[in-house]
Amino acid sequence: MDGSPNIICTFMVGELFLGLEIGHVREILRYQDMTPVPLAPMAVSGLLNLRGEVVTAIDLRRQLGMPATQPDAMPDIVVVDVDPIRVGLLVDRIEDIVEVGDGRFEDPPDTLDPAARRFIRGVYKLEDRLLAALDVHAATDLGAGGADTRERGRGQLHQPSAPSMETRDS
Amino acid sequence: MEPGSPEYEVLLGEFIAEAREILARVDGTLVALERDPADADGLAAVFRDVHTIKGNCGWLGFGRLEALAHACESLLDCVRNGELELTTEIVTSVFATLDALGRSVDGLERTRVEGDEDFSGLIATLDALREGEVPAGAADDDGVVDELPAREGAIRVGVDLLDRLVNQVGELVLVRNQLLQAVAAGDAVTVGISSQRLDVVTGQLQEGIMRTRMQPVGRVWSRFPRLVRDLALECGKQVRLSVEGGDTELDRTLIEAIRGPLTHIVRNAVDHGIEEPEARTAAGKPAEGFVALRAFHEAGQVVLEATDDGKGIDVERVRRRALDRGLIGSEEAAKLADNEVIERVFEPGFSTAEDVSSISGRGVGLDAVRTSIEAIGGSIAVDSRRGRGTRFRIKIPLTLAIIQALIVRSVGLRYAIPQANLVELLRIEAADVERLIEHVHGARVYRLRGRLLPLVYLDELLVPELARTERPARDVNIAVLEAEDRQFGLVVESVHDTQEIVVKPLGRELRGLSCYAGACIMGDGKVALILDVVGVARMARMAPAGAERHAAESPLATPAPADSAAALLVGVGGGRFAMPLESVDRLEELPRASVERAGNRSLIQYRGAILPLLRVDELVRERRKTPREPAYDEPPADEDTIQVVVHRSGERRIGLVVDRIVDIVEGLPEVTHPSTRDGVLGSTVIRGRITELLDLRAAMSSIGAVPSAAEEAEP
Repeated sequence: MDGSPNIICTFMVGELFLGLEIGHVREILRYQDMTPVPLAPMAVSGLLNLRGEVVTAIDLRRQLGMPATQPDAMPDIVVVDVDPIRVGLLVDRIEDIVEVGDGRFEDPPDTLDPAARRFIRGVYKLEDRLLAALDVHAATDLGAGGADTRERGRGQLHQPSAPSMETRDS
Repeated sequence: MEPGSPEYEVLLGEFIAEAREILARVDGTLVALERDPADADGLAAVFRDVHTIKGNCGWLGFGRLEALAHACESLLDCVRNGELELTTEIVTSVFATLDALGRSVDGLERTRVEGDEDFSGLIATLDALREGEVPAGAADDDGVVDELPAREGAIRVGVDLLDRLVNQVGELVLVRNQLLQAVAAGDAVTVGISSQRLDVVTGQLQEGIMRTRMQPVGRVWSRFPRLVRDLALECGKQVRLSVEGGDTELDRTLIEAIRGPLTHIVRNAVDHGIEEPEARTAAGKPAEGFVALRAFHEAGQVVLEATDDGKGIDVERVRRRALDRGLIGSEEAAKLADNEVIERVFEPGFSTAEDVSSISGRGVGLDAVRTSIEAIGGSIAVDSRRGRGTRFRIKIPLTLAIIQALIVRSVGLRYAIPQANLVELLRIEAADVERLIEHVHGARVYRLRGRLLPLVYLDELLVPELARTERPARDVNIAVLEAEDRQFGLVVESVHDTQEIVVKPLGRELRGLSCYAGACIMGDGKVALILDVVGVARMARMAPAGAERHAAESPLATPAPADSAAALLVGVGGGRFAMPLESVDRLEELPRASVERAGNRSLIQYRGAILPLLRVDELVRERRKTPREPAYDEPPADEDTIQVVVHRSGERRIGLVVDRIVDIVEGLPEVTHPSTRDGVLGSTVIRGRITELLDLRAAMSSIGAVPSAAEEAEP
C-alpha cells in the first residue's frame, strides 16, 4: 500500500528526531525574540511578531516533558497551521526535508518515553535512524502539556499550576 | 482660465474639496447656533464660511452660485450686527442655501461646469427675510436631508500616518538595495537577513496602507444633527442629538454600509420613539427628548449604540402583531420572553405600509437594516423599556482595531492599557507609601479624595509568587482605571507614553486568559500584551491578596461568594457595625465645630448642600441602661473632627456619624442572627467580633427621607 512519498520537515527536540508533514508547516524561521505571557500555560514561551501577525510560540520541549529550553539557547521556529489556529513550535534545531514512503510507517516503539508518547503518531524507519512523526494536534494543544516539568524557563516567570485554559464565553 | 484646462481642473478639485468641508462643518455649527443664538463666535464662523464660499465661487466664475451665496451672506450679516434675530425661518433658509450649494458642488464634480439650477426663488426668500418679512413657506424645507452625498474620489489621511508610510517606503528601498547587492555578491547570509527584513517592512507597509482606509465613524453622523433638527420640526417634537466617540475608526466600506442603517434608526427614534412634548411632560419627562449616538471599541469590535429616551417598544403590540403576521405561533407567543419578542421587529414583513410614513420608513424596514449589518459581518440587537426608551446596539467586527493606549511596565515587560479605561495617573513617593496606602487586612487601598480606591498590583497578579515576597519600598505608580462602573488603581512599575496601537487578537489557544484583551506590536517590532481592564478587575477580586490566600485555602474558612461586595466596618461606642461598601458614597473627616442644629436635627454644610447627620447610636437604640465600655484595643475618638460615612440613596444623602472607621472586608457574610432592635438588619461575626448590619433604609427614613416608589424600583 505504498502510496506517494510523504514530504516531511524534520527537526531535533532533545534526543528526539521529529518530523511534520509539509502540508502542516507554514514556514520555518530562525530564532526571534518573543514576549513572555505571564499566567499562560507552561508550554507557552511567548508571543512572536510574524510580519505583523501575533503568533503564540509553544515550546515543544515543555510539551514533551523535557527540561525547558535554556534561557540563552536560540531555538528555531516551525510555524504550523492547524485550522483554525497558527502557532510557532520551538525546536532545538531544524534539520532537512526528507521524502519517505508510507510503507515505512510503523507504530511508535515501546521504548518511547511515555510523556512523549501522546505526541507521536508513529515512526518512519529511515536508513540510519527512526523519524518520529509528530502529532500536530497534540503538539498545539495546550491542555495536553507536560504536567510534571515545573522548571523555571526563561527569566523569573513561573506559571501557576491551576489550568487557565477553561473556555470562557467572551 | 478655460474650463477643461489643467489649471482649471486643479482649482476645481480644490474648490470642491473645500466647499464640501465647509458645508459639512457649517451644518453642525448652524444646528448648535439655533439652540444657542447668543453664541457670537458660532455666528461669526457661519458668516465667515459662507463668505469664503462666495469668494471661491466668484474666483472660478460661478455667477449663479456666487449670487446665492451673496444673498445668504447678506442675511447673515444682518443677524450678525443685531439688526435681525436668528429665527427658525432664517435658519431654515440658510440650510436650504447650504443644500442648494451642496447639490451644485455635486453637479460640478460630474459636469465640471456650473449647472443651470435656478436659485431665484431661494434668493428672493433670503432677500425678503433680510427685509424683516416672513415670506410664505420660508420655514418649509424642500427636502429633509436623508441622502448624504457620497464622498468618493478622495480620502483624508492623517499627516502622521503619511509620514510613517514614507519612512517605511524608505526602509523598503534600503532593504531592496541590500538584497540586490547581497545576491550579486553571492552573500547568502546577508540575503537571508535582508529577506527577513524585507518581510517585516512589507508587512508594516501593508498595514500602513490598510490604515489609510480607516475613517472616523463621525463622518457618518456629521449631518445627523441637521437631520434630527429637521425631522423634529416636521414632527412637531423637540429632540436633541448627542454624539460620542466619533473618532472611532472603521474601514471605509464598512462606514458606507452603516450609514443607511444608522440613518434609519435615528429617524425611527425621532418619528416613532420620542413622544410629543405634551405627552412627555405628562409622563414626567422633560419636554425635549434626546437621541444619543455612541461609538467605541470593545473586544475587537466596533460598537455603535443609538439610544433614545422615548416611549420604548410596546412589547405586547409587537407580540400581537407578530402573531397577526404569522411570524410566530400562538403557543410560541405566550412562551417568548419580552426581549425575544422585541427581536421580532427585525423580521421581514413585520412593518407594514401604514407604518411607512412620509418621514421614516420609505420602504426600508428594520429587516433591511439587519440585512445590511449582517452583510458586513456585524450584528444588531435592540433593548427597550416601556416608557423609558430604546437602544439599538450594532456590533461590527474589525479587520483593524486602532486604539489609544498607555504603555506601562511591570515584571520587566511592557503592557498597553486602553486609554478609554484610564481615568487618571497617580504617583506616590516611596517615603509616603507607608502613610498613604492603607492596608485593610489583605486589601490595599488608597484614599483618593475621600473615596477608597482598591489597589491591584499588576506584578502580583501576573506573578503570584511576588505577593508573598518582601519587597523594598519604592515609588508607586498608580493608573486609576474604570471598568463596569467601578474604579480601581492598577499599580505598575513605571508609566511610559500614550501611543496609538493596532489591536491584534490573541490566538484562540490563549483566549482563556481574561486579563489580556489582545496584543500589539510596538515600534521596535516586539509584541506587547494589551490588558483587559475588566478581566484584570475580575481576576483581582477573585484572587485574595497576600496573606489572605492561606486563610482562604483552609477548608475551614467559608469562602466569600465570588461576586460578593466588600463591606465597611465601623466602630461606634463599643460596638461594631457594617454596611456594604457600595452604599458608601464617601468617607469624610469633618470639623466638629461645623455641625449645626436645626430643631432636633444635626446638620452640616457639605459640598454646597446641607447634609443631615445621624449618629449611628441614635439610629440603633441602645437597650442597656449603662453605655458599654469601649473595647480596650480601640483608640478614643478624635475630639475636633467627626468621622462621617456619607450614604446616598437616589438624590438624598445622609451622613452617618461613627467613632472610627475600622476596616474593609471582602464579602459581607450571611446574617446569622436576625435583628433584635431597630436600625439593624441583623448581626453576624466578622473577624471574631459580633458585628451588626446597619439598616440604611431605616437611617434614611429616620431623617424623613423616604425613598419614592421610583427609587424603590431602581436596581
